[in-house]
Amino acid sequence: MSTQLSSFEILDREFLPVRAKILEIAASLDRMQRAKGDVAEDARLRQLRTAVEKLLSTEPDRAEQIHLLFSRPYDEQWQDVLKLPR
Amino acid sequence: MYYVDPHIHMVSRTTDDYETLAKMGCVAMSEPAFWAGYDRGSVDGFRDYFEQLTAFEPRRARDYGIQHFTWLCINAKEAENVALSREVIAMIPEFLDRPGVLGIGEIGLNKNTRNEAIVFLEHLDLAMKTDEQILIHTPHLEDKYQGTRMILDMLTGDRRIDRSRVLIDHVEEHTVEQVLDEGFWAGMTLYPVSKCTPARAVDMVELYGSERLLVNSAGDWGPSKPTAVPDFILEMRRRGHSERAIRRVVYDNPIEFFSQSRGFVFDPPDAVELVEN
Repeated sequence: MSTQLSSFEILDREFLPVRAKILEIAASLDRMQRAKGDVAEDARLRQLRTAVEKLLSTEPDRAEQIHLLFSRPYDEQWQDVLKLPR
Repeated sequence: MYYVDPHIHMVSRTTDDYETLAKMGCVAMSEPAFWAGYDRGSVDGFRDYFEQLTAFEPRRARDYGIQHFTWLCINAKEAENVALSREVIAMIPEFLDRPGVLGIGEIGLNKNTRNEAIVFLEHLDLAMKTDEQILIHTPHLEDKYQGTRMILDMLTGDRRIDRSRVLIDHVEEHTVEQVLDEGFWAGMTLYPVSKCTPARAVDMVELYGSERLLVNSAGDWGPSKPTAVPDFILEMRRRGHSERAIRRVVYDNPIEFFSQSRGFVFDPPDAVELVEN
């Protein structure tokens, strides 16, 4: 089932909501920086920065890639690792 | 448009919610057993819960013209207590022949632990021995990808399982394709923060088609929106999709999936009609 709208129609519709979401991210990062303490080395902040960088990708699977960035890895041998009864 | 919410926890919602859902076109729903927000202390706690799911909630729904169906299990969050889990699994058959019981669910994983996997496999075994359909919860956030892959490994490793009778819920962009490719049904849950938005759910319909794809609100006691399926319908319309295409996802698909259960006796609302576009 393909998308019914053109790219321009989607941009027209989503420009302002996306602009607002980017501003929220910017303001959140500013807020953390203004507050007492320093989270610059916190792994979660590094994850967020990497996620923002992934938005600049030109590949059409940004949402999936950002999910995977925030995901624990899958180990094909997990049943052996957990000593699961067979 | 009439619709079915295939995953919603009405024990956590008010009667006013039933009224609102009815006004928005909900004609049927299914309610999987889930975590109450605290760990139950005994098998009798579950017996009382199953009584509520199979007797009281259908009556509350019926007052508003909604048909209520349910699924039974001990959920993954309580599966760390393997002894209690086994007591509950042994007790579930007491309820399986009650009207409106569709099968075993929502079983699954939470933190992807050994005990959760053991209890999941024992639920699968019960479902196979009793010829029940299965509804599966996949973990939240960072645990979802790993847990979904583990669940797929356990399901595909059991040759008794008919994949067309299994629904794997809470899929997102990084898990939906694998679930569909393996031949299972996939459910997209519309949550305000931690799962999927209506816009992203429509994206997935556009990317993967509507075959074996469902959408639900999973409305419960946490931040959730029981009217999320109508939000999905509106988003589909705003993007120019036909009424027939929308109806396939929100009405025809859940009925097709549920119809494989002997506990699914459905009276379609009189005014349901095919919309030609």
